[in-house]
Amino acid sequence: MIASAFGVVFDGFAYGMLLFLLSVGLSVTLGMMNFVNLAHCSFAMLGGYVTVTLTNAFGWPFLATLPLAFVSAALASVVLERVLYRRLYRATDLDQCLLTIGIVFVSVAVAAYIYGTIQQPVRLPSYLRGSVSIMGRGFGAYRLFLIGMSLAVTIVLIVALEYTRLGAQVRAAVDNQRMARGLGIDVDRVFAVTFALGSGLAGLGGALAIEIVGLDHAFAFTYLVYVLIVVAVGGLGSIGGSFVAASLLGVTDMAGKYYFPELGAFLIYLVMVTLLMWRPVGLFGRR
Amino acid sequence: MRKILAGFAGIAAAIVAVTPAVAQQTVKVGVILAYSGQFADPSAQMDNGIKLYMKQHGDTVAGRKIELIRKDTGGIAPDIAKRLAQELIVRDNVDMLAGFALTPNALAAGDVSAQAKKFMVNMNAATAIITTKSPYMVRTSFTVPQLNDTLGRWAYKSGTRKAYTMVSDFGPGHDGEAAFHKGFRDAGGEIIGAVRYPVATQDFAAFIQRAKDIDPEAIFIWTPGGPQPAAIGKALAERGIDPRKTRILGQGELTSEDALKSMGDAGLGIITAFHYDYSHDSAANKAFVKDYKETFGRNPDMFSAGAYDGMHVIYEALKKTGGTADAEALIAAAKGMRWESPRGPMAIDPETRDVIQTVYIRRVEKVGGELVNVEFDKVENVKDPFKAGMKN
Amino acid sequence: MTSSALAEPQRHLEAQVRWRPLEIAFWLATLAPFVLAPGYLVLASQIAVTALFALSLDLILGYAGIVSLGHAAYFGFGSYTAGLVAKWGWGEPLSGLAIAGAAAGLLGYLTSVMIARFRHLALIMITLGLGLLLAEAANSASWLTGGADGLQGVRMWKLFGTFQFDLYGTTAYGYSLAGLFLLFLVARRLINSPFGLALRGIRENAVRMPAIGARSAAHIRKIYTIAAVMAGIAGALLAQTTETVSLETLSFQRSADVLVMLILGGAGRLYGGIVGAIIYMVARDQFSGINPQYWYFWIGTLLVVVVIFLPNGVLGGVARLVALRRGRA
Repeated sequence: MIASAFGVVFDGFAYGMLLFLLSVGLSVTLGMMNFVNLAHCSFAMLGGYVTVTLTNAFGWPFLATLPLAFVSAALASVVLERVLYRRLYRATDLDQCLLTIGIVFVSVAVAAYIYGTIQQPVRLPSYLRGSVSIMGRGFGAYRLFLIGMSLAVTIVLIVALEYTRLGAQVRAAVDNQRMARGLGIDVDRVFAVTFALGSGLAGLGGALAIEIVGLDHAFAFTYLVYVLIVVAVGGLGSIGGSFVAASLLGVTDMAGKYYFPELGAFLIYLVMVTLLMWRPVGLFGRR
Repeated sequence: MRKILAGFAGIAAAIVAVTPAVAQQTVKVGVILAYSGQFADPSAQMDNGIKLYMKQHGDTVAGRKIELIRKDTGGIAPDIAKRLAQELIVRDNVDMLAGFALTPNALAAGDVSAQAKKFMVNMNAATAIITTKSPYMVRTSFTVPQLNDTLGRWAYKSGTRKAYTMVSDFGPGHDGEAAFHKGFRDAGGEIIGAVRYPVATQDFAAFIQRAKDIDPEAIFIWTPGGPQPAAIGKALAERGIDPRKTRILGQGELTSEDALKSMGDAGLGIITAFHYDYSHDSAANKAFVKDYKETFGRNPDMFSAGAYDGMHVIYEALKKTGGTADAEALIAAAKGMRWESPRGPMAIDPETRDVIQTVYIRRVEKVGGELVNVEFDKVENVKDPFKAGMKN
Repeated sequence: MTSSALAEPQRHLEAQVRWRPLEIAFWLATLAPFVLAPGYLVLASQIAVTALFALSLDLILGYAGIVSLGHAAYFGFGSYTAGLVAKWGWGEPLSGLAIAGAAAGLLGYLTSVMIARFRHLALIMITLGLGLLLAEAANSASWLTGGADGLQGVRMWKLFGTFQFDLYGTTAYGYSLAGLFLLFLVARRLINSPFGLALRGIRENAVRMPAIGARSAAHIRKIYTIAAVMAGIAGALLAQTTETVSLETLSFQRSADVLVMLILGGAGRLYGGIVGAIIYMVARDQFSGINPQYWYFWIGTLLVVVVIFLPNGVLGGVARLVALRRGRA
């Protein structure tokens, strides 16, 4: 009983880590500039397809494709930001919604055109398949890798936020944008860099997601809802909030499926609604 | 020989087409599929099946040219499907409706077929009750009970006494569950547990773990396909369940070509019941697969076969009626039709207008380095047990 | 608001209420499909239904500032209510419509009590969550809703005892159009009343409103319930004219689509939802006909172009052009 509970927590935490990688970028950029970027998961999808193409068509080893997934998503976001997003920083939320939804539509159609609509397989190296035995229990090798990778990313993010100049500027811009500008911080530039990093992380998340939840042309839509849930529950502009919210949601989802399969998807939505009604700004959000 | 006849027919049609009364010489077929959205790939395969049949047999039957008008429902959208069916009949004057990858859409269009008295060929949607919606409808794919009831009976006959079932929590999944339970129990087996997982599940770790904790003799898994079979295979591997030791049973979508590619060796030993596989060893199928692969660059699947056979029914029925597209004449011609399809012997049940075919029991094995569904048993002339049960 | 409006609020409101010639022309044009495009009446009927749904969303989003990602809950609830009433033997269209509207209104009222105090992202996600929960519940209750197969056995009686819902969609379009127009009149009246002004005040600054004597929470509950009734009636119209109901009517997809249509047309302008619905659905039908697999691409491009060149939606862009022409700021 305890053993199976532990297994559920482990699996759920791994899934949560995936959600974290996918969501943290959106949480920070939304908190910083209030720019509603619903196309966030399109960058994730891009990262996923980059990995798929490199492993299947060019035979690259899986791990080598991950940095490229990150970079390509980051680059795509820079291009999009320069060409389109920049014009709408002062626009209404609704207009930003419409623009980014339009981009999602286009990305989904392009993905379908190039890759078709089928599930994309990805070839993992043998040491990432199957399970690893630790203390007599079997743990999914890939999930262990996912957790390790996400924790590493989290540590890098927190260190960067606390100890680098850019990190300080990011924190200032999220806290109070107007004040930060007043102090001479180039908020637009900080935003552009953060946006690129956040999208890159989403790309990395997309690449890592293939093995757990699959990749197809509609990924940008499907995961948008989950990412929004993590961002809302965690609180805007908070890395810690995204981490906790994603873990919570991942474990809840897994526990729900294991103990109450008939409830199914109910549980995640119920938890979200309850948490938001209790703390509307999110767990770690501020007013 | 066929090509020469088609050539003559083509010339004749061309000559005839030049003469004034052109409109009466085409038979318009309205094809309603989910070309965009998550069912785009099955729809594309179905479209390919239609195209291949027309390429092989020419686009003229009984002196009339076949014209296709394609419409997209975008996915599950019965109100759109109904509207498209109505528009095809009212605006484009189609003589018949065809296609239908999805049950809700087929049900909605069935109403229109009955109301407007138009022949309708359901080339895929597999819920049993669909053909009861219109007296002018035939189905050329399969029904969920047909496959799963047969699998349940076969499972008992081949030694399984207790089974645990997991199905997707929506209509077709419930049907699959009910059919397997009925077949298995009727034969004498015992169902030790039944679970329904949410439709959108991508991560099966929790559900497979639950199954593993009960340590059953056999696990029956029903999935509509898409990303799930691969995810199921991965979960099985992750939990250390070997299909060669614990019997894993399912409907053919579980081990489709794409699923096997993603699942890898984790899928070896999974037993499925299905009506069509591209590896089926018959002369008709070998020719079909070869032509399909050359034309479209990939192997056909059950969607392609369903559509291909659907066109066959249309062509043969038109030949029998001498080119008349009147619904009463066409349905009378379609009832009782028998032929050798790429999938094997096939017939249209005169009573239910549904498909009668052989259900193959296959196991995933490695053949020539690739994972293939190898047929090792079969049950012939299977009618839809659900409708047969409805009469009693 | 212009200074003349501030000086003479009553005159200003009265001016808004008067019918402009363009409006009259628009409504007359909606009768054109009967004569000019009889093959398109079924599509026109579904556009009318969607326009009504978009209008109902405009009431809460454009005027009261409540961004809802779960508005389809009321649409679907109305749809299923009307469908079930017909399925259980009472196929009279108008009474079925009233029952569905009332049911959706009740659901809307209960929801509004829950959500009235939330704003921003929390409000959006709560409405989204509630919508998703209802959709899940409908899927589970397949004994009632028919589940994924949809509701079967919905048979409507003749409208007014004489008009059968036929294959050509003539009755359907007439019925839906009448519903849209009548409820539009209601919305128009509402918006151009002091209540409507109060709503716009709430949208601009919810905290300050009680200070001038407008009871924010009560107003929000009222408009939300009214919007729910309208959405429920739109859903019921769809159920009755197509004689089918599917889970899709409750889906997030439908909530998202109507939001896109409203923003496209221009929120906060009475005709925004209607214009947006017409453009989106006609574009979709046309793009889908040209290229079924990739219509998404063209719609997405259309959305991006509209946002860049016509901020505040199509009607917003048109209003700006008109203002520029007239030389006003």
